[in-house]
Amino acid sequence: MATDSTSDFTLDPAALLAAEEEGPIEGKSPWYLAWRRLRRNYVALGFLLLFVTILVLCLCAPLYANHVAHTGPNTGHLGETFTRDGKQVQVVSKGGFVNGQFHAGGIPVGPQLWHAGGRYVFGADNQGRDVAVRLLYGGLNSLAVGIGSAIICMFFAIVLALLSGYFGGATDWTISRFFDLIWAFPVLLLAIALGTALSINGFHHFGINIQSGSLWIPILVISFVLIPYVGRPLRGQILSLREKEFIEAATSQGASSWRVMFSELLPNIASSILVFFMLIIASNILTEAGLSFLGAGVQPPNASWGTMIADGEDRIATAPWLAIIPGIMIVLTVLSLNVFGDGLRDALDPRAKVRMDRR
Amino acid sequence: MIAFLIRRLIGAVLVLIAVSFITYLIFIKIPGGDPATRIAGRTATDQNIADIREKLRLNDPFYEQYWAMMKSLFSGSLVSYSSQLNVVDQIKSGIPATFSLCIGAAIIWLFFGILVGVIAAMTAGRWPDTAITILALIGISMPVFWLGIIARYFFAQGHPFAFLPDGGYVPFTDNPWQWFTHLLMPWWVLAILFIGFYGRVLRSNILDTINEDYVRTAKAKGLPQKRVMVKHVLRNSLIPIVTLFGLDFAAVIGGAAILTETVFDLKGVGWYAAQAVQTLDLPPIIGVTIYATFFIVLFSVLVDVAYAYLDPRIRPT
Repeated sequence: MATDSTSDFTLDPAALLAAEEEGPIEGKSPWYLAWRRLRRNYVALGFLLLFVTILVLCLCAPLYANHVAHTGPNTGHLGETFTRDGKQVQVVSKGGFVNGQFHAGGIPVGPQLWHAGGRYVFGADNQGRDVAVRLLYGGLNSLAVGIGSAIICMFFAIVLALLSGYFGGATDWTISRFFDLIWAFPVLLLAIALGTALSINGFHHFGINIQSGSLWIPILVISFVLIPYVGRPLRGQILSLREKEFIEAATSQGASSWRVMFSELLPNIASSILVFFMLIIASNILTEAGLSFLGAGVQPPNASWGTMIADGEDRIATAPWLAIIPGIMIVLTVLSLNVFGDGLRDALDPRAKVRMDRR
Repeated sequence: MIAFLIRRLIGAVLVLIAVSFITYLIFIKIPGGDPATRIAGRTATDQNIADIREKLRLNDPFYEQYWAMMKSLFSGSLVSYSSQLNVVDQIKSGIPATFSLCIGAAIIWLFFGILVGVIAAMTAGRWPDTAITILALIGISMPVFWLGIIARYFFAQGHPFAFLPDGGYVPFTDNPWQWFTHLLMPWWVLAILFIGFYGRVLRSNILDTINEDYVRTAKAKGLPQKRVMVKHVLRNSLIPIVTLFGLDFAAVIGGAAILTETVFDLKGVGWYAAQAVQTLDLPPIIGVTIYATFFIVLFSVLVDVAYAYLDPRIRPT
């Protein structure tokens, strides 16, 4: 019962909700009510803004590369120099004796911020590549894998959950066993095995041709291994919705199976889908980073935040920014999605919001 | 209950067979081309390739190849393609490191996860709750290997305060103190994500349970606040944590610690799998996958049993 211990007893839930919602709720759609709740959650909106900012920055990667840094993401500058405050500086140190003191070679230049006219803002890596440019292109790849695999994973999870929950019987049994099977697999091990096997020659079966370095490999691998994690809870929701009166009403009016599934059941799980979508992007970005770190995700020379951390690991003692900066980007992106996802869930599920406020 | 257990065990065996078969297909069928040439490497002669093809029975139908591999795995005679080392022995030699890492980390994450969750729920809406919520969110948003690299940089590699040894595993029987100091960083790095996660789950469970009717009844009949919190609220809020813990622990034992083991150079089972994947060495991958699936399936049965014990409402008939 959603009554506050201090509030008066009432038999009118609408009035009670309206008091909590700070406004009338009659005649308002659930989406409008959710938006009204979300609008007041400044933390969630702030983090959404952060995520959009990161996304836009990464989309501007080619602009930055061509007009500010004047170099590509995979262009090495070994043995070259650049101008810092009027002085010539080696991109990657040559080593040897300077003024009688020994300097180790092969150390890339550190973050220049604005001192080098937009070049090497976050320093260079061991091949003399501009870290800031790679960070943006890498972000583009990481986000593409995260969002792409989330879309594909959600699509298959929704379709399987609808079929399984609506038809029941043998369909449900088959789909549930499929979920159980992937569920029983050690996820990371399965993803690594698939990622590695696919990145040797690509995939050339059933008329589908994917080249070995393609971004589609991590996207498909991650979306495949995560299907049951979304599909199972959605199936559970559909199983309980299927018994509701409005489904019976639709069926008795002669609605076809497809119509019941897509225009009766689907809209009722839409809010769960939206929340899952946000949270699964966050988890996919982390999975992509892990796969790339182990060499089974985005393949070099292409950058992703995970491969950049892997590249930086060996250089952590002399060039710590190489591993630290992409990691910070991952944390900011994933954190913003998690916080916004939480806010979205609170807004879409008022019961959760009521629960949060009470002691 | 017995029938339920038997059904679950039969299901478990079927899952193991299916998982091993799928792993086999992933490595033999997906890459395309000739597996023998791939395994033999770049400098192989035709004779080498023919030998490998003979040895792996690649000329036989694939179900016979699969059957031969399973037989040799369970008789303990399966050897790796690249190093010729016995797979079962290698997995066994990795178990002490993996179990030390996982059990230690599990104790830390369970203890601190519950502590943090209870504190957050007790102070819901005030500053300790806000601080814990923010830290927990950051904790679950960090890539575990990145955290490991940063921890090594700060605590083991000469930067500001290096007082811990950098990577590697020392067996407990060799030197318990060295075992402890070598594992301290990996334990915490692996545990932090789970602390954040469990803290959040427990906090919302407790806040849910507090609104239940039986808690109001307990308060109304005059039980002391502390007794209500521990006996009625906490005990019931911990039931979902039991499920989570069983599944997470199995996942960690069965390969989810692969990133932590790789970063800290702990030569455990996950590390072994990561090495084998790099060289596309099929037998170790199949071995580790079956080992991992065994734990995942075993713990999911244990979780069901524990759940039925803790919550009589869902006891299977």
